[in-house]
Amino acid sequence: MSKKLFTYNHDRSLFPEKGQDGKPNIDLSSHKFMKIWHGPQHPGITGNMSLELTLQGDEVMDCETHVGYLHRGFEKLMERRKYIQCFPIVCRVAVPEPDFNEYCFASAMEELAGIQIPENAVWLRNLVLEMSRLQSYLMWIGGQAGSLGQGIIGQWSLYCRDLVLDRFEELTGGRIYHMYIIPGGVRGNLPDGFLKRMEETLQIIESFMKDIKKVMFNNAVFKKRTVEMGVIEKDWIYKYGITGPNARATGIAKDVRKDYPYLKYPDLDFEPVTSEYSDIYNRADVRRRDLLLSIDLIRQILAKIPLKGDIRAKTPNVLHWKVPSGETYSRAECTRGEYGYYLVSDGSEYPRRVNVRGPSYTHAVALLEDMIINENIADVAGLMVSLHTYPPEIER
Amino acid sequence: MGKINDILSPFTAWKHVVNKPVTIKDPVSRIAADRYRGFHKNNLEKCIGCGTCESICQNAAIDMVPVEGIETKHGDSGLRPRIDYGRCCWCALCVDICTTNSLSMSNEYIWIDEDPEVFRFVPGAEKKSWDTRQAGWQKPSDNYELYDPQRVKMGELSPEIRHDSFVEIVQGFSKEQAIAEADRCVECGICTATCPAHMGIPEYIKAIRNDNLDQGLKILYETNPLPEICGRICTHKCETVCSVGHHGEPLSIRWLKRYIADQNPADKYKEILNQGNIDDKGKKIAIIGAGPSGLSAAYYLSLMGYSCTIFEKLPQAGGMMRYGIPEYRLPYDQLDKDINYILSLGVDIKYNATVGKDITLEQLHNDYDAVYTGTGLHSGRSTRIHGTEHKNVYQAVDLLRDVSLGKEIPVAEKIVVIGGGNVAMDITRTIARLQKQKYGKVQVIATSLESEEEMPADREEIVEAREEMAIIEPGWGPVEIIIENDKITGLKVNKCLSVFDEERRFNPKFDKENQKIFPADMVIESIGQGADLSYITESFKENLEMDQRGRIIVDKHFQTSLKWFFAGGDIIQGPDVITSIANGHKAAIGIDKFINRNS
Repeated sequence: MSKKLFTYNHDRSLFPEKGQDGKPNIDLSSHKFMKIWHGPQHPGITGNMSLELTLQGDEVMDCETHVGYLHRGFEKLMERRKYIQCFPIVCRVAVPEPDFNEYCFASAMEELAGIQIPENAVWLRNLVLEMSRLQSYLMWIGGQAGSLGQGIIGQWSLYCRDLVLDRFEELTGGRIYHMYIIPGGVRGNLPDGFLKRMEETLQIIESFMKDIKKVMFNNAVFKKRTVEMGVIEKDWIYKYGITGPNARATGIAKDVRKDYPYLKYPDLDFEPVTSEYSDIYNRADVRRRDLLLSIDLIRQILAKIPLKGDIRAKTPNVLHWKVPSGETYSRAECTRGEYGYYLVSDGSEYPRRVNVRGPSYTHAVALLEDMIINENIADVAGLMVSLHTYPPEIER
Repeated sequence: MGKINDILSPFTAWKHVVNKPVTIKDPVSRIAADRYRGFHKNNLEKCIGCGTCESICQNAAIDMVPVEGIETKHGDSGLRPRIDYGRCCWCALCVDICTTNSLSMSNEYIWIDEDPEVFRFVPGAEKKSWDTRQAGWQKPSDNYELYDPQRVKMGELSPEIRHDSFVEIVQGFSKEQAIAEADRCVECGICTATCPAHMGIPEYIKAIRNDNLDQGLKILYETNPLPEICGRICTHKCETVCSVGHHGEPLSIRWLKRYIADQNPADKYKEILNQGNIDDKGKKIAIIGAGPSGLSAAYYLSLMGYSCTIFEKLPQAGGMMRYGIPEYRLPYDQLDKDINYILSLGVDIKYNATVGKDITLEQLHNDYDAVYTGTGLHSGRSTRIHGTEHKNVYQAVDLLRDVSLGKEIPVAEKIVVIGGGNVAMDITRTIARLQKQKYGKVQVIATSLESEEEMPADREEIVEAREEMAIIEPGWGPVEIIIENDKITGLKVNKCLSVFDEERRFNPKFDKENQKIFPADMVIESIGQGADLSYITESFKENLEMDQRGRIIVDKHFQTSLKWFFAGGDIIQGPDVITSIANGHKAAIGIDKFINRNS
């Protein structure tokens, strides 16, 4: 007899009955199951996708993910656009984190075209990617807390994100879609006084992160709802192709910044953030520490960045830039894992094929469908946010 | 302990209860960053309507539209960008690629209106509150170019090698150079609109980029049957308006044309252009003069099925292109390459046949269905100052013709050339070479009425003449040729203060106190040429409409008031080779219409 008074132990041996394949037989006409749609209009869903849940009581029996609400056909559009005309498109592939698209597309093009970008532009790209990571985590942390009912964290973190967007605005001319990493280089040097304002922003964020740690992570409710919840096993990493913090929380230090160093990461001093056990709590903590690492990296970059210099290499006329035929895969570590662009050129003015590898596809479709079984419906939102997925990059 | 801490710790959030809320931000009165990409601004005066913004825009948010108060003019399409903010994604590539730097963005980011139509407007033409504001996205200045503003350098013979020879100076592009230069084109087409022959310039430049020179040659011959020649000596009005030249150096359009023609061997022309099997219309056309306009008319008429006969006064075809332009600018073999192709289409040419002497215009009128004349300007004009009647005073065109005919021309030790145009530079540089060959040193002075900035000669001609040790003295007006003991000793000149009056009429003003004498044994006049129309007899002149200056009046098809008589080339327009070619082409179309109407 359990000490807990109101504990109900499921006896899955009796119901629902399992078929020959080991999966439960779900017969909706038995009236013992209920189908509900979680999303696309649901605050607990991370964007325009939905989960078709089959419930027994409040327990999830089956889940099917539905995507397609945000399909804009970017990969196909790019086949009909000149390379330079793809540049304003790619940032829209992942709305909250556009810079990795710009970087991967530009670096893939430069690799095929054999273009070496100026040193100054490499540093600026590195800065922008880390700023992007910072603001993306700040947006996520509000979502993670909000999905479990902590509204205040989101208000603090979005304020902090707004400050980073202010810095983006003065550096790149845009708040959300920066369109800054142009094939061949970047579109502007650091504005006057940027270093000082960036440092002020980082200090504000650090101060709020301390509060967030106290209020969110050192919180009995949060722990109760996240520890041992939504566990990712170590052997799933290669089975599903899990990357980023989801993988690092299991203790495997998978990080493109270290595994396939790009830009100036070899010159920066850092170790990938890992944890021992990938449940919601640890994944959240890995992301929180990765956010702090990002702040540290921005400081390191700003200490080393040359404040003057060329920002763009000499390239062919962008109006009819023919990229030599070939194929390449360019990757970068974004907040959710490995982000990549597979680019095929047939030597013409238009890309022959662009394929975007966003980590959300793996995490939100394949992984989530399996993880969510037998969880409580109240935990679905928290679990989904803990995988940190952005549906726009699933759809492209 | 940990558990108690986990219960108490969240309450630390209450410390913010006394702080100002972080969630309140004021988006209305907030001023955006200096680099913000807001609504567009356009300097309509600077903008030339090249439409490069329209071509780079991936959203098709920009349309080039006519704007009230702005007219199509030389080097300006007259169109201006209209931006549809329902489509614009504020990427600012239009600003970055703008060839004139006229387009920029403001940092204005809020604009609310209930009428959706107002969000489509022509920046600059419709006044907005942000038009005068400085802040906003500008094209990044530090070495940030979306196309190369600098020309590919053309290989030329150095002055030390070329100064005593008539070998061609400009060496032409290699394949890599031509493709790199062709890559700079933004395909705006303002060059096509400006070229008198309206050549498909962006199209043939594209053919170079695609390394499809057969296609390039076909495009050239659509509007110009003398590409080798024009590729060398065209006055390239296209380059003066090239939109890339507003913020850098214009494309070397002329050299690119030459590259296509140079790379296609003469014996391949027939195969590439594939112009066989033309149906003979059974009509005969007489053409007077084998200059650019006569050859051009003969070419296009032959393609239409007319049998053409050219009557040429001189022993070889080419007109001014052969007898006016020195070999170091236009080698004779390249001239022959173009001419031979035209003649290979079945054009008959009668050399040493002067109309008015060997055959009369009346005979041509009787024997042929139509007559086209393009006799050009071969008679040099004189300054008529004191001393010009001396035997050692020559006309530049006469000397240049004699050099081409292979005759030996008189070359004195000290020579002064009067004139500042391209013909003056041609004779000056020819004389410099001959002096170098004969005396081992150069002593030729070219003096013009105009100041150096106003000199009508091409800039590179002046620079190269100086490199060849010729002295250029701009801003002097000739007073008299000083003759002592029947020998010329010099040219007396006055300082010229201005050439044109306030109404831009030719009315030179001199400073008579400031005089100078250029020492000379020989003087060459090169102040312009006139036409010799003596072959048009009085009986025809009665019915031939001419203007007050004795120029034949023609319609848009270069048809004169004598319906069977067409005229073009330097005697009508120009003078320059590409205008003459265009005249010949239009006249060919006119002659075709005239004959079709009459038959």
